[in-house]
Amino acid sequence: MTAPIEKAWPEPDAGQRALDLRAAFAGLPCEPWLDEAADTIWRRSEALTGLFAAAARHCGRQQLAAAPGWTADEAARTILLSALELPEETLIAHVEEVYVYGDAAEKRAVLRALPLLPVGDRAVPLLHDAIRTNDPRLLAAAVGPYARRLDAALWRQAVLKCVFTGVPLDAVHALRERADTQLMELLEGYALERRAAGRDVPADAAALLQGLGTEEGGA
Amino acid sequence: MRIFDPHIHMTSRTTDDYRRMSAAGVQAVVEPAFWLGQPRTNVGSFTDYFDALLGWEPYRASLYGIRHHCTLALNPKEANDPRCRGVLDVLPRYLEKDGVVAVGEIGYDSMTREEDEAFAAQLALAIAHSLPALVHTPHRDKAGGTRRTLAVVAESGIDPGRVLVDHLNEVTVELAVDAGCWVGFSVYPDTKMTPERTVALLRRYGTERMLVNSAADWGNSDPLLTLVTGQAMLAAGFSEADIDQVLWHNPVAFFAQSGRLALDGIEEPGADFAGNSVRRGGI
Repeated sequence: MTAPIEKAWPEPDAGQRALDLRAAFAGLPCEPWLDEAADTIWRRSEALTGLFAAAARHCGRQQLAAAPGWTADEAARTILLSALELPEETLIAHVEEVYVYGDAAEKRAVLRALPLLPVGDRAVPLLHDAIRTNDPRLLAAAVGPYARRLDAALWRQAVLKCVFTGVPLDAVHALRERADTQLMELLEGYALERRAAGRDVPADAAALLQGLGTEEGGA
Repeated sequence: MRIFDPHIHMTSRTTDDYRRMSAAGVQAVVEPAFWLGQPRTNVGSFTDYFDALLGWEPYRASLYGIRHHCTLALNPKEANDPRCRGVLDVLPRYLEKDGVVAVGEIGYDSMTREEDEAFAAQLALAIAHSLPALVHTPHRDKAGGTRRTLAVVAESGIDPGRVLVDHLNEVTVELAVDAGCWVGFSVYPDTKMTPERTVALLRRYGTERMLVNSAADWGNSDPLLTLVTGQAMLAAGFSEADIDQVLWHNPVAFFAQSGRLALDGIEEPGADFAGNSVRRGGI
């Protein structure tokens, strides 16, 4: 049985995590650009649109050594969004705007930034949009920590869609904790179809099924 | 033979075409925004379309090791519909995207006043966003349309070296060459150019600033006619280096003027998703 969401997945210390991301740029050539861009956005929120789009050209797209799991463009865009010191209802308007008009990389960056932004539940429709696509880059970003705000039925569908579209289940935040009997039934149905067709069941999905079938669970 | 198709409407093609193109040596494409064979009637249809050119198509292409960029614009046909004019207002936002390597296709269709305005406004956008321009020449009254096109280009103040004039033929090629623009030939099964006629023009005008594309779309077209044209060049005595110049270096040099052409690592297959190459078939 699923534990109450708030207890199982506490809101991370968003402010601290944004600072950690910022610190990961210390000494990099793009640091002055990033500082100035964040300052400009803090003073004038309309500047977000152009600077958000240009961030990858200035900061690059490589993995950030000091922030495991983050690329420079996604971290930089998260920092730019964090620079918006606005009330929730105004902030979400900016977040939605850069997502709706964003290319795939910008959309992905917005999705990754969501857990670090004080937007409450207001950005859940953006996850719905990302999960509707068949783009694994967006799907993978949509099942991160912010996905704890998805209702259980859609979350299960998102996990199943990861298995279908080749997104490794490592991308799913709190998978073992949140996986329930209904998800297991869906995965078992999928595995049955695959085997009936003479096809393999992806190793991570098979392992999850096996793990859920035993006492110890989250191995 | 490595191929860069500088003009192909992949949104109209199947994923199987990407597979065949990859097998034929196509490693990079530019997809210009145009119409869809059926008029659109509102700005939202365009933004969804731009979204596809900036997200879904690059992803589909990457599955076959093909690097996908695009050019964005309000095309001349639909510039005539007042319901679509608002596209000009949203374009500045899209022209800042990483995958955009030119403003296009712009130019003329029926040579109306509305087309005049959209064409001039978008050449100004190309200058403002430091992007080259991909200019389509009209299918009807082609010679007259090409002359008028080149006059508008000259008047705009854009460097002709940052303008690619496309769908040229025996009658119009010299106008574009004399104007100092880059020259595009669209090779089609029935209309536009054939591989043999393209080779004849390359013999006459040389390989400098000359580009060959399939312009494949929803009509009777063939995404592999770039390869066939390269083979026809070889058969006609052009060197491998000449062919590489036309089918690779020239489009690279033209679109690199945007500063946004990203061709790093295109020979590494499967680098399609966040550094993870795992894929499980059907999408």
